[in-house]
Amino acid sequence: MKLTVVLLLSIALTSIIGTVIPQNENPEAYLRAYGEYLYRLFDVLDIFNMYHSWWFQLLLVLLTMNIVVCSIDRLSATWKIVFAKNPSFNLSRFRKLTQKEEINASYPPNELKKRYEPFISKQFGYTRVEETEKGLCIFAEKWRWTRLGVYTVHLSVILLLLGGLIGSIFGFQGYVNIPEGEKVDSIRARDTGKIRYLGFEIKCEDFNVSFYDNGAPKEYRSSLTIIEKGHPVYKKDIIVNDPLRYKGYSFFQSSYGKMAPNTASKKKEVANKPSDEITLNFAGSQSGKSYRIKAVIGKPVDIPEGLGKFVVVEYRKTAEFAGQNIGDAYVGILTPSGEKPVEVLLPLHFPNFDRMRKGAVVISVADQTAKKFNPGKQTGERYYTGLQVTKDPGVLVVYTGFIVIIIGCFITFFMSHQRVCIDIIKGKTKSKIIVTGTANKNKMGMQQKVKKLSDQLANLSHRS
Amino acid sequence: MTSSNLLSITTFIFGAAAFFYFAHWIFKKQLFGRLGTWTALIGAVGNITGLIMRWVESYRMGIGHAPLSNMYESLVFFAGTIVIIYLFIERKSKNAIIGAFATPIAFLALAYASMSPNISDRIQPLVPALKSNWLIAHVITCFLGYAAFAIAFSISIMYLFKRRDVQKTSSLLSHFPKTQVLDELNHQMIMFGFLFLSIGIITGSVWANSAWGSYWTWDPKETWSLITWFIYATLLHARMMRGWYGKRIAYLSIIGFMAVLFTYFGVNLLPGLHSYGQV
Ligand code: HEM
Repeated sequence: MKLTVVLLLSIALTSIIGTVIPQNENPEAYLRAYGEYLYRLFDVLDIFNMYHSWWFQLLLVLLTMNIVVCSIDRLSATWKIVFAKNPSFNLSRFRKLTQKEEINASYPPNELKKRYEPFISKQFGYTRVEETEKGLCIFAEKWRWTRLGVYTVHLSVILLLLGGLIGSIFGFQGYVNIPEGEKVDSIRARDTGKIRYLGFEIKCEDFNVSFYDNGAPKEYRSSLTIIEKGHPVYKKDIIVNDPLRYKGYSFFQSSYGKMAPNTASKKKEVANKPSDEITLNFAGSQSGKSYRIKAVIGKPVDIPEGLGKFVVVEYRKTAEFAGQNIGDAYVGILTPSGEKPVEVLLPLHFPNFDRMRKGAVVISVADQTAKKFNPGKQTGERYYTGLQVTKDPGVLVVYTGFIVIIIGCFITFFMSHQRVCIDIIKGKTKSKIIVTGTANKNKMGMQQKVKKLSDQLANLSHRS
Repeated sequence: MTSSNLLSITTFIFGAAAFFYFAHWIFKKQLFGRLGTWTALIGAVGNITGLIMRWVESYRMGIGHAPLSNMYESLVFFAGTIVIIYLFIERKSKNAIIGAFATPIAFLALAYASMSPNISDRIQPLVPALKSNWLIAHVITCFLGYAAFAIAFSISIMYLFKRRDVQKTSSLLSHFPKTQVLDELNHQMIMFGFLFLSIGIITGSVWANSAWGSYWTWDPKETWSLITWFIYATLLHARMMRGWYGKRIAYLSIIGFMAVLFTYFGVNLLPGLHSYGQV
């Protein structure tokens, strides 16, 4: 048990490392961040890929073994209790309980038994009546099997780890870019870079991206066709959250991009290029005033209200924000007084874009008409779709584990093996009835149940 | 009235409820307890109405989606859940002093959502990755879990106070529930929270698998939710196997809630996938 706590906590603690040190970046970035010595040390310890390092995996394996060994050890004892032919009741144990409910009835024990037994057996299932030296006694119990709940939880933890293991051995994760109108028959693996042949072809018929008015992406959609031996066999439009699944492989919409433009569109680009002089609009967030100022690429201008300096550095035909294409834009550097310079993007299609930055000044290009931006429909442009391709035979095992863990936790937490003893003692004229009960969990809740039961029995003990 | 206005008002109602519960605790007048309960109830209704209005507003804007998609909305939901779960406990335990410890958390959560300059209350359209029913299931279950842990946290604090007063001399602590009752409530809240945290992590994994093709990538948010899960699992084992109870469980519960807070807020300071929380 100590070992369990130590293992759980050491996994929890070591896991923190990987959340503080970004994983799987390129070595130069690490060298820059940590310096030569630390880099070497971390590298030896596999800190940069720690969740797949031998020592972390070892911890997981130890944890699994710990669960298996402990559970088997305890299960054999629990098994005997759960599957005993005749559940054993220990009358003296019940009589020793301090919490008890007492009622009186003017019937002899045998009559009470007739009245109680059907009621009790309906509530509990298993009931047994035994004679005692003072009268008789009804035992009842239910939910004996819930003692196994813990083992289903542990089983599911093992299923999760097993599923993960299956996935890492037999699974595949790769990535492929397919230009519109083209097809591929192989995928490059993400970690090893090896090529894997699918045994069928996948074609991207069309790719489309749409945006909301504020410039945020709305939907990425790729129309895919699966081709077997030259014949199309399956078609599906995939979007994020709705992949295509075929022969164990899943194809996820993951990214997109533009193919290198052909000459026709290049000419157009040059013709469309705006002049170097731009009228900018600066709006002070505090004052609410706005100012129009003419700027030339490369020449800094002072922003009114002492809000700093701004310089437009370039015009981009296709600017990107958070990995998304947002059309043409100016890029500038804003240096608020006394603060670090920041890069500011002024997309021509989204006049309010800079508000998102929530700075002291909102910059935009003046006289901008918010043209609808629809890169998917621009002429002469071709896109490719980026697909994440996975195959993971372990998922089924993991999902089974998910379901079992939920059911198991519910049983373990909220259901218990409950036993009651109704001890009927024959008196001169009246019978005394003592109701007691035990449960293997939630003892307070059981006391309330016993109280309720005795109230119900009291109702059954009157003439009617 | 817009949903944001209503939710700002709700913030003050929760503040008032916390105030009444405090008064009930300090002055031991039933009246204040009653006022606290009714105010909290009104606040809960305002909170739910605000969320529903926000839902309707998003449809009017043509970008309809459940109001569970960003930091603001999750905080609102968190605050509402805390108050609702608390009201249940109040009914069951018949003790309104717990309110003086539980409702301030709801108040703070909602105040932070409404006032923080870093959190926008604008209704934003969903980016493609968030368009999934799993998102809704994920957020609801996670926050039911978090809310239960928040209440377990307040109960643990009360337990630690109550326990130090062995001679029962402090009049401020005399109306606290008995230590055994606090301990049991703490445990029940943790079991409830653990079940929902588990379902929350699971629905999150299933969602990740449908959006990105892998159910677990060890990104910081995932890892931290697992760390939190392990802390509470440790607590449960310590209690069920070693019979730990009382003080040690209360400390573990407090540590667990710190991990919850870090998973919720702190992770945004680290690099990772779940950065939508930053908006
Ligand atoms: C990663 C997750 C878990 C691990 C590594 C784990 C490990 C273990 C181990 C090794 C034992 C036996 C200790 C011994 O006999 O010395 C144990 C017992 C126990 N565990 Fe877990 N467990 C995990 C999850 C859970 C969960 C989620 C629950 C609650 C639903 C739970 C409830 C219990 C209970 C009630 C026992 C006592 C069993 C008995 O009395 O036979 N465990 N656990």
